[in-house]
Amino acid sequence: MSEAATTPLGAMWRRLRRNRSFVIGVALVSIIVAVAILAPLLAPHDPLRNNFRARLQPPSAMFWLGTDHFGRDILSRILHGARISLVIGASVVVVTGILGTAIGAIAGFFRALDEPIMRLMDAIMAFPAILLAMAIAAVMGASVTNVVLALSIATTPHTARIVRGSVLVVREMEYVEAARALGASELRVLFRHVLVNTTGPLIVRLTYVFAIAILAEAALSFIGVGPPPPAPSFGNIIANGRDFMIVAPWITIFPGLAIIAVVLGLNLLGDGLRDVLDPRTRI
Amino acid sequence: MRGADAFSVASPNARPATPPLLAVEGLTTRLVGTGASVLDDVSFEVEEGETVCVVGESGSGKSMLALAIMGLLPPAIRIAQGAIRLRGQDLARLSPAEWRARRGRDLAMIFQEPMTALNPVMRVGTQVAEVLRKRRAMSDQAARCETLRLFERVGIAHAAARFDAYPHELSGGLRQRVMIAIALATEARLLLADEPTTALDVTIQAQILDLLNDLRRDRALGLVLITHDLGVVAEMADRVLVLYAGRVAELAPVASLFDRPMHPYTRALLASIPAIEGPRKRLAAIDGAVPAVGAMPEGCRFRPRCQLAAARCTSVPPLAQLEPRHHAACWVTAPQDTSP
Repeated sequence: MSEAATTPLGAMWRRLRRNRSFVIGVALVSIIVAVAILAPLLAPHDPLRNNFRARLQPPSAMFWLGTDHFGRDILSRILHGARISLVIGASVVVVTGILGTAIGAIAGFFRALDEPIMRLMDAIMAFPAILLAMAIAAVMGASVTNVVLALSIATTPHTARIVRGSVLVVREMEYVEAARALGASELRVLFRHVLVNTTGPLIVRLTYVFAIAILAEAALSFIGVGPPPPAPSFGNIIANGRDFMIVAPWITIFPGLAIIAVVLGLNLLGDGLRDVLDPRTRI
Repeated sequence: MRGADAFSVASPNARPATPPLLAVEGLTTRLVGTGASVLDDVSFEVEEGETVCVVGESGSGKSMLALAIMGLLPPAIRIAQGAIRLRGQDLARLSPAEWRARRGRDLAMIFQEPMTALNPVMRVGTQVAEVLRKRRAMSDQAARCETLRLFERVGIAHAAARFDAYPHELSGGLRQRVMIAIALATEARLLLADEPTTALDVTIQAQILDLLNDLRRDRALGLVLITHDLGVVAEMADRVLVLYAGRVAELAPVASLFDRPMHPYTRALLASIPAIEGPRKRLAAIDGAVPAVGAMPEGCRFRPRCQLAAARCTSVPPLAQLEPRHHAACWVTAPQDTSP
């Protein structure tokens, strides 16, 4: 009886390894994360340095993915841009994870607060996320922090709703009643018995939030309210290439492919996790 | 600061001798909105080392009674009247926080479904040890040792290996033993068991019942055993409380209940046990179902299903004492000259 084979985590890990979309997703995301971390070592050029003798160069041995209108190396900008995009995505995941869990847990567990909290969440959800983010950036200025803030506010309601749903199910379980019968306080019941049993759907949701945040960052940068230039992000590299799409399509195509790779990887990873964690879709 | 001394100090109107372990007195619970009664005027006592079985059909209020004693009634149901005295101290008059402090110390409960009554993401040993650490202030090390000792006491083989198991790795019988170990970890004198064997195989059932019986004798536990299985009653009970639609139909020592059932409902229940020997007959069943809360008939609540129902059954029959310790609430079969 080997330890790994008998724990729930061990059993889950074995199912995950057999799930093709999870494996591909993890591979894709891992490569991108590794590349982002190692960007300063991998990048052949300084992503910020202008080189007016090499403006709008097509891909070549010198500039693998070409250059933009300032002569900056697109490959180097994508590698460094991945860092900002991933940091924004990860930050949104953390902030939304904390806010969504807290709000969802309170709404689901303390029923008197359920209606007011969830109706407020509905109100936020009814508001288009991009519009909300633009409004926040317009008021507070375009910065990485404000993009994270805006996207977190936009993605929290759905996350809270998912956590609340899980809490509503778990709070009625007999082991929750059993914990009360042993004199556990309500807070202890919530943290030790309810929340720990709601992590599955939350983890799946957060992988999608990661992908949504990266896409939304690109959209915000494209319309000019993302992380301010000259620092590269996937979105603002594409934005820079917008005016040169006919003469220098490589400026927009390659960061676009990078976004596709990250979002595809995260979605595959999320799908795999959902298949394994959500018993309803288990075959 | 626990034990008999604490209680006698706590109750100013000192009673003669030791009060019973548990005395439920005229307990009435009501739905908050409509005021319909769920339990109505339920009284019984449990002494140390005594097993009281609570029997009745689904919907008779058995589980509600257990939850009421634990102080775990759903928010929509409130205790309207009556007392739940644990060694003389009325739990129903405690604040929710004080009542909570008694749970897991003086009161413990075993649940019906060992499949779902353990937290699936916690190791079973941890779940027992946590009670010891939180409720009896043991160190991690002491709690681990005591957990292993309790596992052995409740008949879990390979206790050390099972400590780190998750609930889903154990069989139903083992899980129920873990539940019992958790209940023992509290050192509560009063143990409520809500159909503890219903979800188990028959052979495992017998083992678990033996274990409960054994522990009751060993530790002089007061055991309230909720069941709808009259076989379990015959085997386990010292006294039997027959509940019907939230009211006490009959309360009697087990032998006298089986020999001389007084209430028509008890008689019907006993008649519905299929006989193993003798010619095969149609099973006797009680027609109809327990009336819903809020739609109770006037007077005796069993009246619509009772074959002996008479005109006076439209008023509520008192619980009359027929023999020493044998009480029944029926106008027809229980002579009323010795009202309690």
